[in-house]
Amino acid sequence: MDAATWITLALTLKVASWATAINLLLGVAVGWLLARRNFFGRELLDAVLTLPFVLPPTVLGYYLLVVIGKRGWLGGWLFQAFGINLIFTWQGAVIAATIVSFPLVLKSARAAFEGVDPQLEKAARVLGLGEWALFFRVTLPMAWPGILAGTLLVFARSLGEFGATLMVAGSIPGRTQTLSVAVYEAVQAGPDSVANTLVVIISLTCIVVLLVAARLAPFRVVR
Amino acid sequence: MSFDVDIRKVVGGERRRFVLDVRFRTRGRRTVIYGPSGAGKTLTLQAIAGLLTPDSGRIAFDDAIVYDSSTGIVVPARQRGFGYLFQDYALFPKLSVRQNIAFGLSKGLRNPGEQEGGEAVDRWLRTFELLDVALQRPAELSGGQRQRVALARALVNTPRALLLDEPFSALDPELRQRMRAELDELLQRVDIPVLMITHDLIDLEWFGDETLYLRNGAIGERPVGASVLVGAPG
Repeated sequence: MDAATWITLALTLKVASWATAINLLLGVAVGWLLARRNFFGRELLDAVLTLPFVLPPTVLGYYLLVVIGKRGWLGGWLFQAFGINLIFTWQGAVIAATIVSFPLVLKSARAAFEGVDPQLEKAARVLGLGEWALFFRVTLPMAWPGILAGTLLVFARSLGEFGATLMVAGSIPGRTQTLSVAVYEAVQAGPDSVANTLVVIISLTCIVVLLVAARLAPFRVVR
Repeated sequence: MSFDVDIRKVVGGERRRFVLDVRFRTRGRRTVIYGPSGAGKTLTLQAIAGLLTPDSGRIAFDDAIVYDSSTGIVVPARQRGFGYLFQDYALFPKLSVRQNIAFGLSKGLRNPGEQEGGEAVDRWLRTFELLDVALQRPAELSGGQRQRVALARALVNTPRALLLDEPFSALDPELRQRMRAELDELLQRVDIPVLMITHDLIDLEWFGDETLYLRNGAIGERPVGASVLVGAPG
C-alpha cells in the first residue's frame, strides 16, 4: 500500500469515527425519547429520521447542499457569522455519513430502550433514585447491547458512505477522499490494483464489524 | 401506624374504562387488600408508592401526606420512604445479589461496586442467609432466594413501611407455602408496618391482621364473617 492509500484509509476512519460518536449520542437521546416519551408526532419524527435509510443518497446529498451549502439557510448563516464552510471539507463528509447512518442506531436504540422492563425503573425509583441516576444505572446498561450493535452498524455504514459524501465533500485526495470514493476514482482511472487493495480493506473491515455487531445483538446476549 | 388513602383514578380509553375509587384507613400493623385480578389492587399499591399519580384525592402515612390533589402535593416515589416488593421481584439482572441489595444506599450515577455496601449489606445478607450467593446474579438464584434478595434490597433502606405486591404469585405452589412461613417469620423479626395485596385467600390467614376487600375498583364488604371492615364504596 502506498502513502496515499494510507492517508485515504486514515481519513475514512476519522470520518467514520466522528459519525459514529455523534450518532451514538444522538441515537441514545432520540431513541430514548421515542421509546419512553409519548408526545404528539412521535411516529412522524421516527419516520422522518428513518428517511435517510430509504432515500437515494444523492437525494440526501442534494438536501444537504441546500441546507449546509454556502447559500443554504444553515450553511449561509455559518459562513456569514463565523466564516465556516462545510462543503468540500472532511467535516462535511462527517455530516453526510452521520445523517445517512443515523437510522441504524436510532432503530436499534429505540428497540433496546423499549425492551427494558419498566418494572426495573419503578424499582429504582422506589429505592430512591432520581431520573438521571435511574437512566445511567438501570435503563442504559440494560439497553446497551442493542445500542452498541446499532452503533457498530453505523460505523460500518459510515465507512462505506458514498453518494451523499461525494456530493457534499467531493473527492479531494488527502483531504476529503474517503475509501469508497477512492474506489470509484480508481476504477474510473483504470489502475485496478489500487481498487483491489481498497476493496479488500473495506470488505474485511465490514465483515469484522458485522461479526462483532451480531455477537452484541440483544438476542445473543440474553440467553 | 396507618395508611390513610382516598383516591380516584380513571385508566384506559373510551372503550375499556376502569374507575378506581378507593377509600380506606388501615388500623392493623399488617393489612392485606384482597381482591380478584383486575380489581385495581396494583393500581392502589402503586399510587401509594408514588409510581402512579391519581387523578384526585389524598394519601397519607401517619402524619406525612405524600399526595394531596387539593394542595398540589405529589411527593416523588424516591422520597416517600416506602419499601416495595414487586410481584416478579424486579431484581437488576446484571448486578450481583450484593449489588442489588446495596443499590438504594447510593443515589449517584454509578452502581455500587462488587464489594460496596458495607456493614448494612453484610447484615442483611447474613439475616436472610444470602452470604453464599452474594456474588451471584439473580438468574442463578432459586425463587425463594430471589424473594429474600428483593426483600433485603427494600429493607436495607430502612423504609417506614413495606408494600408487598402479590409476593407469592411468582412461586410454584409447593414453595409458596414454605415462603409464607418464611416471610411471616422475617416480617416479625424486622417489625415493620406492612400493606400487602393478594388474590389468594390463604395469604389472609397468614398476614391479615386486618383485611380490606377490593372489587371493581372500590373497597367493599366481605361477604360473610367479616372480622374488620373499613371504608365504603365511593
